[in-house]
Amino acid sequence: MNIVVCIKQVPDTTEIRLNPETGTMIRDGVPSIMNPDDKSGLEVALELKDKYDAHITVITMGPAHADDILREAFAMGADRAILLTDRKFAGADTLATSRALAGALKKLKYDLIITGRQAIDGDTAQVGPQIAEHLDLPQVTYVEDLKYSNPSTFTIKKSTEDGYQIVEVDAPCLITVLSSANNPRYMSVGGIMDAYKKDVEVWGYTDICIEEENLGLKGSPTRVYKSFTKGAKSSGQVYEVEPTKAVEIIVEKLKEKFII
Amino acid sequence: MDFSLTKEQVLFLQMIREFAEKEVKPIAAEVDENERFPEETVKKMAKLGIMGIPFPLEYGGAGGDNILYSMAVEELSRVCGTTGVIVSAHTSLCAAPIYEFGTEEQKTKYLPKLCSGEWIGAFGLTEPNAGTDASAQQTTAILDGDHYILNGSKIFITNAGYAHVYIIMAMTDRSQGTRGISAFIVESGTPGFSIGKKEKKLGIRGSATSELIFENCRIPKENLMGKLGGGFGIAMKTLDGGRIGIASQALGIAQGAMDETVKYVKERKQFGRQLGQFQNTQFQLADLDTKIEASRWLVRYAAFKKDQKQNYSADAARAKLFAAETAMEMTVKAVQFHGGYGYTREYPVERMMRDAKITEIYEGTSEVQRMVIAAALLK
Amino acid sequence: MDKSQYKDIYVFVEQREGVIQNVAFELLTKAAELASVLNEKVYALLLGHGVTSQANELIAYGADTVICVDSPELEVYCTEPYAQAIDHIIKEKRPAIVLIGATTIGRDLGPRLSARIGTGLTADCTALEISEERNLLMTRPAFGGNLMATIVCKEHRPQMSTVRPGVMLKGERNDMRKGDIEHVTVNFDKSKFRVKVLQSVKEEKNLIDITEAKVLVSGGRGVGDAEGFRKLEKLAETIGAEVSSSRAMVDAGIISHDRQVGQTGKTVRPDLYFAIGISGAIQHLAGMEESDYIIAINKDKDAPIFQCADLGIVGNANQIIPLLTEKLSSK
Repeated sequence: MNIVVCIKQVPDTTEIRLNPETGTMIRDGVPSIMNPDDKSGLEVALELKDKYDAHITVITMGPAHADDILREAFAMGADRAILLTDRKFAGADTLATSRALAGALKKLKYDLIITGRQAIDGDTAQVGPQIAEHLDLPQVTYVEDLKYSNPSTFTIKKSTEDGYQIVEVDAPCLITVLSSANNPRYMSVGGIMDAYKKDVEVWGYTDICIEEENLGLKGSPTRVYKSFTKGAKSSGQVYEVEPTKAVEIIVEKLKEKFII
Repeated sequence: MDFSLTKEQVLFLQMIREFAEKEVKPIAAEVDENERFPEETVKKMAKLGIMGIPFPLEYGGAGGDNILYSMAVEELSRVCGTTGVIVSAHTSLCAAPIYEFGTEEQKTKYLPKLCSGEWIGAFGLTEPNAGTDASAQQTTAILDGDHYILNGSKIFITNAGYAHVYIIMAMTDRSQGTRGISAFIVESGTPGFSIGKKEKKLGIRGSATSELIFENCRIPKENLMGKLGGGFGIAMKTLDGGRIGIASQALGIAQGAMDETVKYVKERKQFGRQLGQFQNTQFQLADLDTKIEASRWLVRYAAFKKDQKQNYSADAARAKLFAAETAMEMTVKAVQFHGGYGYTREYPVERMMRDAKITEIYEGTSEVQRMVIAAALLK
Repeated sequence: MDKSQYKDIYVFVEQREGVIQNVAFELLTKAAELASVLNEKVYALLLGHGVTSQANELIAYGADTVICVDSPELEVYCTEPYAQAIDHIIKEKRPAIVLIGATTIGRDLGPRLSARIGTGLTADCTALEISEERNLLMTRPAFGGNLMATIVCKEHRPQMSTVRPGVMLKGERNDMRKGDIEHVTVNFDKSKFRVKVLQSVKEEKNLIDITEAKVLVSGGRGVGDAEGFRKLEKLAETIGAEVSSSRAMVDAGIISHDRQVGQTGKTVRPDLYFAIGISGAIQHLAGMEESDYIIAINKDKDAPIFQCADLGIVGNANQIIPLLTEKLSSK
């Protein structure tokens, strides 16, 4: 079984703080991490590898330092890694990103393509289904669990608003995985020692057969019109009092504002 | 000269920190409270290769080095001193001497299982009457055909009862003094070998510390490790390596106490100001931070020299001496900074203080470290 | 692309088991507002099997025309049949704007469609307006809610957006409104139906969806452990509220993810929101700051939560909450 996992390097958004005076984002010192949903996607692949000896390729599109997460993927157990990087890919929205990734995926063998549900920096959840469309693959999103049965069928539990569905799909297909699907394994010490001995293949524009006007900023139908940070709401009253007094204040306010 | 971390070290720290935070820290207080050996953590570490970091792949090791191993013990001890010493005693005191002094057969037989963590290792030198003066060994090993017969007892043995492989020092020829001491590999379950009472300790309470008892314990002749009469040298060299582990443990405990203290002095307010805004706090923490950082580089330098196959005996002693005393000072002050809360089990600093004390005692007391350093200085 | 060929606003009406979801009404209300700016019409896309009878409902909330596709293929949502049906309609009718609820269904369908049509899609929008150049301005949070970005899709049509449920206001129902109902038949390419739904399970959650709750008692790291959280549940029980939480409690395994408020959880705007032991990280604020009245209890008087709270109490929640519960239950 050949599995390709698409992963993304993202800033750890839980570490981002706002400057209280200017309201701007403080990005300094915010670590870059492998996107959590993607890491769970990689874990799904690794579990299949444990059981069925699958071959795992990880691919990421991003700047040169996205190499870090590919090394992490090696240390977790991935077999092959591809860094898709080119100035022509820069400024891509989800559609242009999905085209570039689909272009690269066309060059690879796959029975299963895995992406995370969404990346924590953009939260769009769009690239996975868009890749599936470009490759004419069936998609299953919001995946919580996956079982494989010979010769090529996946039985999948996907999360819905009010419960879950069990669906069945044959390979090849694309799934998007939730971070709640599993606890991704840690890198192993042996894996870490080998992570930089393996080669990360660097692919660029010339390695994929997608026309330039469909890529990067040029190929992106959507543009950022403006961006801004939300102004802080004017603060109410804050009391620092004994618990019993605090309860009185709360009850008083509730009486005033609501019927209790 | 290059002090920067390698790419592998950066990746390793990312892993081991996450592991310590998510798997070790949440149970540290409970392990201490119940004096429980955290077997589940050992299994998890085994799976990741943490039980065999500095050994080559051919023996089932992770192919890392002593710097990486030291980082592992530091980061684990930062959240749990117990977990740190389990890895340290296993790696430095059992797997390392087999790797360094064992025959090819012994290495092939024991290292893969030790490195994979399937087996845990321990080391027995200390006896009721042979502590700092380790030459006063009373355990004997008498050759009887194809076997040695062991008699005697060892005390304060880390990992005892949970370990499968024990490196045991015993007198093979009392007339030869220290040259009459030999090293043996003893497996758990060998008839005549039993585990005595488990100690109740001040700190590292999850670590199992017990007595080992040998009563006509017959072990195969080929379990002699190194030369006959070479045991004392092996023990001393093993302890040199062990001191890197314990220095790393002390460093980790100190750093952990510093982390807690920094967090606390930023939150806690008295007289309308954060504790961290008082110059007394700032100056004390600055001094302690400097000592912790100095410990770190002493530890890494000793590990580096061991990796380079240079003589590192005095370096390991300096690292352990300084890191242990820093850990004690840091944890005592951490409790002080936390005030009344620090004295309670609601905060981890009192546990860290209890854990820190042993680092000044085991694998050579601070006094022994001073002897080693002075001997190197005045030779 | 000749943009003048494209007009009107289409709203995908999400129904599950024949029940039209609230987000559809919210979108229709918003679409009507946008359509009046553009002087265009609102179309509702009602797909399913045996649901056509509900078309009038959609007109009452703002649709000028309801396009019904009734087919057994559409009874249970599955990506491909829905994508084929809507792709067919979009290519034939050429809408200027397509709005879809940012639910699990909408976020499965939206991107598939956008790639099939080759147009832009903006995910999980929280505000929509029309620019002077008659483009749709789609505003959405990014970077974990730290940044708001307004996105525009200038040169491609339709302009597509998934819109976060609970953000747009559902308007008043007006049964006097008139509208058309149009039935469309789609010739499905069934060879592409490769995902088979074996089972749809509703999980007994026994709880009201937190986005629908009027009063929420929400706990964070400061509540401590599961035991601390039980105190909140007691308070919630007493005042008929639902419990919710910040991400910390979900990560700690104390409460399930569907109770999480914030950027990676749900957006809520109850009448009353108790933020207990929640420091107010920006990701959390993003999900609750529009609550009508916010009461925050936190140990740290510098916690950012106090900046958005209407009433703030600096103190130990574990002491205050049981007292408050007692006081309120005696009423």
